[in-house]
Amino acid sequence: MAQTTHQDAQTFIDAAGTIILGKENDLRLALACLIARGHLLIEDIPGVGKTTLAHLMAKLTGLQYQRIQFTSDLLPADIVGVSIFDRDSASFRFHPGPLFSQLILADEINRASPKTQSALLEAMEEHQVSADGHTLVLPEPFFVIATQNPAHQIGTFPLPESQLDRFLMRIHLGYPDRIAERALLMGEDRRELLARQEPVISPEQIGSLQRAARGTLVSERIVDYVQRLLAHSRQSAAFDGGLSPRAGIGLLAAARAWALTHGRGHVLPEDIQAVFPSVATHRLHMASDGRMATPEAIGRLLHEVSLP
Amino acid sequence: MRPAEIGRLRIPARVWLFATVTLTLAPHAMAQPMWLTLFCALLLCWQAYELHAGPLKRARRLVILLLAISAGIAVKLHFGQFFGKDPGVALLAVLLCLKQFELNADRDIRAAVLLSFFLQLALFLNDQTLPVAGLALTGSLIATVTLLSLQDVRANAGQQLRTGGLLLVQALPFLIVLFIAFPRIEGPLWGLPNDAFRATSGLSGTMEPGSISDLSESSAIALRAAFAGPPPPARMRYWRGPVLSQFDGRSWRAVAAGSAAAPRYVTTGPAFDYVLTLEPHNRPWLLALDVTAAGVEHARYANDFQLLATTPVRERRRLALRAYPETPLGPVEPAGLLRMNLQLPAGFNPRTSELVDELTRTAPDPESKVARVLDHFRGGSFIYTLRPPLLGRHSVDEFLFETRRGFCEHFASAFVVMMRAAGVPARVVTGYQGGEVNPVDGVMVVRQSDAHAWAEVWHEGRGWIRIDPTAAANPTRIDGGLAAALPDDAFRPLMMWPALEWLRDMRHQWEALSNAWNEWVLGYNPERQRRLMERFGFEQPDWRTLGALLGGAITILLLGLFGWAMLKERSADPLDRAWAVFCAKLARHALPRHPWEGPLDYAQRLTQALPRHASRIRHITGVYANLRYGPPNPKHVQLARKLLQEIKRLDLK
Repeated sequence: MAQTTHQDAQTFIDAAGTIILGKENDLRLALACLIARGHLLIEDIPGVGKTTLAHLMAKLTGLQYQRIQFTSDLLPADIVGVSIFDRDSASFRFHPGPLFSQLILADEINRASPKTQSALLEAMEEHQVSADGHTLVLPEPFFVIATQNPAHQIGTFPLPESQLDRFLMRIHLGYPDRIAERALLMGEDRRELLARQEPVISPEQIGSLQRAARGTLVSERIVDYVQRLLAHSRQSAAFDGGLSPRAGIGLLAAARAWALTHGRGHVLPEDIQAVFPSVATHRLHMASDGRMATPEAIGRLLHEVSLP
Repeated sequence: MRPAEIGRLRIPARVWLFATVTLTLAPHAMAQPMWLTLFCALLLCWQAYELHAGPLKRARRLVILLLAISAGIAVKLHFGQFFGKDPGVALLAVLLCLKQFELNADRDIRAAVLLSFFLQLALFLNDQTLPVAGLALTGSLIATVTLLSLQDVRANAGQQLRTGGLLLVQALPFLIVLFIAFPRIEGPLWGLPNDAFRATSGLSGTMEPGSISDLSESSAIALRAAFAGPPPPARMRYWRGPVLSQFDGRSWRAVAAGSAAAPRYVTTGPAFDYVLTLEPHNRPWLLALDVTAAGVEHARYANDFQLLATTPVRERRRLALRAYPETPLGPVEPAGLLRMNLQLPAGFNPRTSELVDELTRTAPDPESKVARVLDHFRGGSFIYTLRPPLLGRHSVDEFLFETRRGFCEHFASAFVVMMRAAGVPARVVTGYQGGEVNPVDGVMVVRQSDAHAWAEVWHEGRGWIRIDPTAAANPTRIDGGLAAALPDDAFRPLMMWPALEWLRDMRHQWEALSNAWNEWVLGYNPERQRRLMERFGFEQPDWRTLGALLGGAITILLLGLFGWAMLKERSADPLDRAWAVFCAKLARHALPRHPWEGPLDYAQRLTQALPRHASRIRHITGVYANLRYGPPNPKHVQLARKLLQEIKRLDLK
C-alpha cells in the first residue's frame, strides 16, 4: 500500500515539475500539506508562480477548483453564498458561493477585510459553514491555498497570528534559479501548458493517501524529538513565544505525509526537519523585531536540538 | 521451599561451587599431608557423583557427621593440635568439602564461597610465588562466578565467566591502590613465627666431604646480582661465605672471628657496583662479592672479611653493594690467629705430611711452597666429579693417594691441610663461585649448584691470598662453571644436560619473570613504599597519610566506577550502543555526526566523503533507521548485536 501511494505521490511531483521548474521541494511540501489535510499559505511577491501552483494542483488532482480574488470590498457572503427568495417555490433558496469547492485558491487573502478573512478561516477550520441557520458541510477533500503579498505592501490587512495558525504550512516560492528561469523564458507559455494538463491522480487516491498518512508510524524517539523542538522554541531567546501544541500536532501530521511521499511507513528525524521550517516559520516571531521568524533563525533552532 | 527443591534448582550454582572447591584445594595438596589430600579427593568424587546422580538417600547425614568427626581426630593426631597454620588449613579444607553436602539454602553456598576465598588466601601462607598468585586468581574468578550464578540463573557459562572477569577487572584498580598505599609491615608478612626458621637449603657453617657436592645438584637460586656496569670476569666471581679454620681430621668448622661496623681493609683497585638480592637462608651471611666497601647499612664486617647481616636473612633481602676484588686482605694479623690457621689434629693423614715434607723441603719461601703443592694438584691426574667415592678416617690421604676423585671440598680441604703441614697459615673459605647472566634481564644468577670451597693462604706482608686448588686441578670449573668442568660421561643434574638448551632458555625467561615479581611485588617493603611516596611528594608518610591517601584514591575510583556504570545504563539499548560505536568510528575519520543529524542525512554526507564504502554505509544506516524509527521488531536485540558486529567489521582504510 505504501508502495502504490509512494508512486502516486512521485507521479504527481514529476508531472508538476514539468510546469513549475526547479521547485521540487516546494511542490512536495504542497502535496504533503494536501495529504496531511492541512491548508497552504504561499507568501510571495507577485509573479513568481503562486497562482500557477494552485491551478496546477487542481489540474493534476482533478479536484473541483475555484479561485477567489480577495479585495478590500469582498464580503463574507460573496464567498460563502447567499439565500435568495425563489418565487416558484415561495421560499428562500441557498446559492452556494465559491467556497463550496474541493480546492480553493484564495488569492491575495490579506487584501480582504478581517471579517471576510475570518469567514474563510472558519470554514477552513471546521470544514463546514453556517448560513441562514443551516449548517452546510463542505466537500471532501477540502484544500485551501491562500496567497499573500508581503505585509508591508500598501492596502493590506495582515492576517492575525491566530488566523495564521490555521494554515498547516507556509511556503515561500522565491525567484527561480538561473537555469529554471531561462527554461521558463525560452519555453512555452505556462498557461497553455496548464490548459493541456491531464489529472495524474484522482480525488479517491488523494483520500487513500490521506488515510495512509494517518497510519504512518511515529516512534517514541520521534515524539521525544518533537517535544524537544517545541520546548526549545519556547525557551529560546531568539523567539517571542514558542510553538503551540497545535503546531506540534501539525508538525507530526506534516512529517507523516512527507514520509509517505518518500514511500516510508515510519517517520524519521529527517522528515521532521524537512517540514519544520514550513510548519514553524509563520507561527514564530523574532524577539528582536516581532516579525515572522527568519529562515536562518529556524535553521539555528534545528541545529541547537540534538536527536534523542 | 524444601531443601531438595533448592538442590534441584541450584544445580548450576552447585557445579560452579564444586569447581571452586576443587580449584581452591588442589594447590593445597602440595603442602598438606597425603592422607588429607586423598580424603578431600574422595569427598570431591562423592560430590561429583551426587551432582550427576542426585543425593544418596540412606544414612547420608550420619555418614557426613562421622566423616567430620574422624577428620577432626585425624588432624589432631597428625598435627598434635588444632591451632596454628597447617592444622587450621587442614581442618578448613575438610569442612569445605563436607559443606557441599548440606547446601540447603543460598546462604550455604555463599558461606562455602567465602570459605573458599579464605583458603585461596591461605595459599600465600606457604608460598608467594607467581604460579600460586595465578592459581589463587583463577580460584577467585570461579568463586565470583559461583556467586553470580546465584543471582543470574539464566545466563550461560560463557556469559557468567565474562561477567565474573569484568568484576575482577573492576577490582584491579582497587588492588593496585591497596597494594601501593596500604601501610607495609617490616618483615615477612606471611611467615608465622615457627615457619620463619624452617630449614632451607644452602651453605652450612661446617664442611665435610660431600656437604657441597649435595648442594651442587640443586638448581635453586642462592642469590642474584644486578651489576651497574659489566660484571666482573669469572675468575673474580667469588661470593664469600663462612671462613673455616678449625679442622678435626674430618670436618671443617668456622671460628667466631668477631666483627666491626667498619672493614679492616682499605679498598683499592677496580670497583663493581651491584644490587644483591639474597634468597633467605636463615643465616646472617650476606655472601657478598670479595670484598665490600665500607658503609653498608644493617651489616657488619667480620674479621675474616665476610659481610654479615645484623639479623639472619629470613626473607629475601636486597642490598646495594660495591666490591673491590683486588683489595689486599689482612697484611698484619695477630699471632694467635696465624697459629690457629696452622693447627692440624694429631694422628691424621700421616702420608700427606710425608708428601708435603718431600715437596717443600727445598722450597726457599712460603710462595714457592704454595706453587709446588699446586703443581702437585696440576700434575696429579685428579678427577673432578660430583660423585666422589666415600672416604675413611684419613680422608686427605685417601683422596691424595688412592681415589684421586673429588669435588671442590676435597681439593680445598687437602690443599689447606698440606699448606698447614708445610708451615704456611691457610684456611678454607666456602661460598659461591661463578654465576650466569640471564640474557633476558641481564641479571647474574648464582645457584646452589655454584656452591664452592676454596683456600686462602697468608703470606707475611701480603696478607691473605686466595688459592683455588680446584682451579689448579680443573681450570674449567672456574672459567666455565660446573657443567663445563664435568667430563662428558659423568653424572650431571638434569639442567646441565647439553641437549636441554631450550629448557634452559625457558628457565631463563621464567626466572627473569620471577625476579621481576620478587623485586616489584614481594620486595615492596616499607622502605620502597616510603621512597615511592616521596616521589609522589609525601615526605615521611605515616599511617595517617597513607590512610588518607588510600581513602581518597578509593573514593575517586568508586566515583569513577559509578559514573561509568551510569553512562552504561543510559545507553543500555544495544542499538544505541551500536550507533554510538558507528559514529565514534567515523568521527575518528574526521566525519563526526552532528548531534541533530538524522541517519539518512548523515549517510548522505558520509557517502560523499567515502564513496568507496557507500553501499556498506547506506546499509548500516538503513538498518539503524529501520530498527530505531520503524515498527517494533521482536528480534530487536539480536539484530542490533548483528549490526554492531557489522559496524566493528567496517574497515574504512
